[in-house]
This record gives sequence, C-alpha cells and structure tokens, in this order.
Amino acid sequence: MTEKTITLEITRYHPEQDAEPTFQSYDVPYREDWVVLDAINWIKDNVDGTLSYRWSCRMGVCGSCGMMVNGTPKLSCAAFLRDYYPEKIRVEPLANFPVERDLVIVLDDFMAKLESVKPWIVRKEGEEKPLSEGEYRQTPAELAKYKQFSMCINCMLCYAACPVMGLEPDFLGPAALALGMRYNKDSRDQGREERQEVIASHEAIWQCTFVGECSVVCPKDVDPAGAIQQAKVDSTLDWYKALLPWSKSQ
Amino acid sequence: MSRDPSVDEQLETSMGKSMRKPYTPKMPATWWLRRRAYFLFIVREVTSVFVAIYCVILLVGLCRLKEGGDAFESFLVSLRSPFSIGFHVVALLFAGYHSITWFNLTPKAMVIRIGEEKVPPLLIAGSNYVAWLVLSAALIWIVLKG
Amino acid sequence: MAKSNEPIWWSLFSAGGVIAALLIPAFMLVTGLILPFVDSPDEIALRELAQHPIARLLLFLVISLPLFHWAHRFRFTVADLGLHGAKVLVAVLCYGSAIVGTVVTGYVVCTL
Repeated sequence: MTEKTITLEITRYHPEQDAEPTFQSYDVPYREDWVVLDAINWIKDNVDGTLSYRWSCRMGVCGSCGMMVNGTPKLSCAAFLRDYYPEKIRVEPLANFPVERDLVIVLDDFMAKLESVKPWIVRKEGEEKPLSEGEYRQTPAELAKYKQFSMCINCMLCYAACPVMGLEPDFLGPAALALGMRYNKDSRDQGREERQEVIASHEAIWQCTFVGECSVVCPKDVDPAGAIQQAKVDSTLDWYKALLPWSKSQ
Repeated sequence: MSRDPSVDEQLETSMGKSMRKPYTPKMPATWWLRRRAYFLFIVREVTSVFVAIYCVILLVGLCRLKEGGDAFESFLVSLRSPFSIGFHVVALLFAGYHSITWFNLTPKAMVIRIGEEKVPPLLIAGSNYVAWLVLSAALIWIVLKG
Repeated sequence: MAKSNEPIWWSLFSAGGVIAALLIPAFMLVTGLILPFVDSPDEIALRELAQHPIARLLLFLVISLPLFHWAHRFRFTVADLGLHGAKVLVAVLCYGSAIVGTVVTGYVVCTL
C-alpha cells in the first residue's frame, strides 16, 4: 500500500546568497494526527537539514512556532494536516516582520515594543510593601478585570494579522497594548499614569482602526482588539477629565 | 541587528563580516483584497462615505424646506429621479451594514462587570438592536403622521 | 511619545457612529424612499414639524455628528488604501469639512 503524502510549499531565504525569498516544495508523509510542525520537523530530519524555523513546546503554550499557513497566521503546532489534505499547504514566515532566514523572523522590534509598556507591577514611591507585611491581596473580581489579557504567549500571530502593522511599522501593536492593559487593570499596580505616556500616544492605541483580525487569530483568546478599544474609552475619559478646571494639571 | 550592538561588533571582528540581510516584504496596495476579513473591513469603513453624502442631502433638503414653494418642489422632483432612488437604496444598504457592525462591536469596547462576571455581550448588542428598532419606528411614525 | 489629542476626534467619531447607526437608516428610508412616493406632501406640516425645538436639535445632531464620524473614518481609510503622505493635510481637509458642515447645519437649523 503506497503511503499517503501531502505537499508543503515552504519559503526559503538564504540572506548570504538570495536577493529575495523563494518557495521550495516538499512531499511529506501524511498522518491523521500530524500538525504542520510535525511535517516541518520530518523535513528537517529526513530531507533538508538546512530548513530554519523556531519551535519549542509543540503544544500551543510557548508561542515560538508562529507561521503563515495558507496565508493565515497560525501556530504550526496547532495547524493539523488533515484540515488541508489533500491540498497543498503553503508555509511562510509571519507577515509584517523582516525575515531573517527561511521561516525565522526578526523580533527585536516586537520585544522593544513589549518593554515600552512597562510590563511589570509599578508601585508609587514609598508604597512598596515590605516582605514582612505579606502579599498584595486580590479578590476574584479584581483578578477577572485583567485575567484575559494576561494569557498572551507572545506568539505574534496578532501582529501578522493586523494590516495596520504592515502599513505603519511604528504601530505598537495588539500584544503590547493588551499587555499594557493587563497591568493597568491589575489592582496591585499603580503605574497607569506612567504607561499612558506610551499607550495613549499616536503610535499606540490611536493607530488602531479596529479591524479585529488580531482577536480572531489569537490562540489564547486574549482579545487584544477589545483591550485596545477599552483603552481608547479609558484614555478618552482621561482626556476630558483633564479639561475640567478642577483637575490636577499634568 | 541584535538588541545589543556591541554583540554584532564582537561577531564581526571575531568571525568576519555579518551575513545578516533581513528581508522586509512590501505590503501591496491591494492588501485588502487578499482576505475576506480585510475586504469586509474596508466595506465597513466605506459605509461612512454614504452616510456623509446622505447627511449633505438631508441638509440641502432642510434648506429647500426652509425656502419652501418652488425650491422644495424641485427638491422633491429630484428625489423622485431613478438616480436618487438608486442612491438611497444603495446608501441604505451601506448604512444598515454600519449599524449591524457597530452594534456587534459595541460590547468589545463597553465591558460592564458585575463582580466576577461580565454582562453578556449578546445583551449589550441586543439592547442596541432593540433601541434601533424602537427609534426607527418612532421616527417613521412621527414624520408620516405629520 | 507623548499623549495624543486624538480623543477629541475619536469621541466625535464614536458619538457620530452611534447616531448614524441608530437613526440614519430610518432617516434615509423616510426622506429618500418614502417621501418621494407620497402624493403632494404637506410642506407646511413638514416645516412645522422640523421647527419644533426637539426636531431642530435632532436634525442638528443627525447631520453634524455623522459628518465627524465620516471625517475620522475617512482620514484613516485614505491612508489604509495607499495615501501615506500628507497626513496633516488629509486630517485638516476631513475634520475641516466636518466643522464647516456643522456650522452650516447649526445656522440652517436655527433659522428654519
């Protein structure tokens, strides 16, 4: 009995010799329970050891294996071959990022954007509790306010799905803004004013036009689109409050 | 480049010139035709053009109503033209699409929490639809009665 | 990066979006598809209806706010569809027309 196979068309880019990326086709064994990552690993182990890509946990929690699968940003460990078989599968590096080699993208800019929203608990001067006073306590209701936004695994699928990301490279992006909201909404945090300098800037929430695709592709249901719209509402209320004659001057 | 420029420098001096040459793909002008979701997004944005054109028509109509007599009569005549009817049908479809997309997205921007639970998005969107129906019916009734 | 002044335009966009969503379809139906088919509409009654203070306010809001809604959306859509330069000029033209439209509407509605 001949083994069933499926064809993967994968982006290849060798910076040391190529002017631009090309495609290379591989026929891999088709297994009902395989995902695209399994197929790529098989290629690397059996056919072409030069194929470069990122992966780690292979179970959808590390965020390493994001790729474009037939034009849609997906975790390659979550894209089942059976959903595409017998059609060809086109695998490309995540959109809206510079390509380092093959399926590996440059994510320095993304990391810098994450850092820029100060993704840690900020306490005001003199309000840091000493260890002896115990932990900062939080009710389930307080946790619910930010929990969804804390589920982000930094997989960058949202950046690949967002057209504004492709059109405006300075846009802070869905994950960074959702992360900022995660801390702004955390009852233990006092750093909202500091973060607003970045979050309420023109390159941040105000570039978003609520296309909504970021939330559609998110594998963890973080709903960054919702986070950004809520941030717009909050920032707008802030802005109007600052106009009131009795508000503190900035 | 790596985040630490001195690392790149070290690599260059110890191993020769860096072979890195990141490739930045250009976003095509037809990006919005490539995915259904992007296309529908642009359609949604374009609804605002039809709404704006209608607002101008309504404004002109008010001016003609204010002048009265022949001015208002000729305005009504142009409203009866196939071009005007055609425009209003198309504009109504686009305006309806705006309403539907707007109401469906409202729960994302307006999250109301009661304790640990969120008010169900369907309820928020649903009440918008009800308001839409009630206000529309009221408007039609008030104008046609007069 | 400093805090932007976008909120003023975004809040006008949002208000316009709500008004447009709730009322524009009905207005389009009434003035564009029902009124033309009414046999000799009562011009005097219509004018009196429009002159009611609540009607004046409603007409002002139904015309001016959706114009700001259009201005904000159009400004971003123009950039999305390929025009990446002249950002300030596009913004001035968009919000400028909405402001002019609002002023004219205010005048018309007050002098009905």
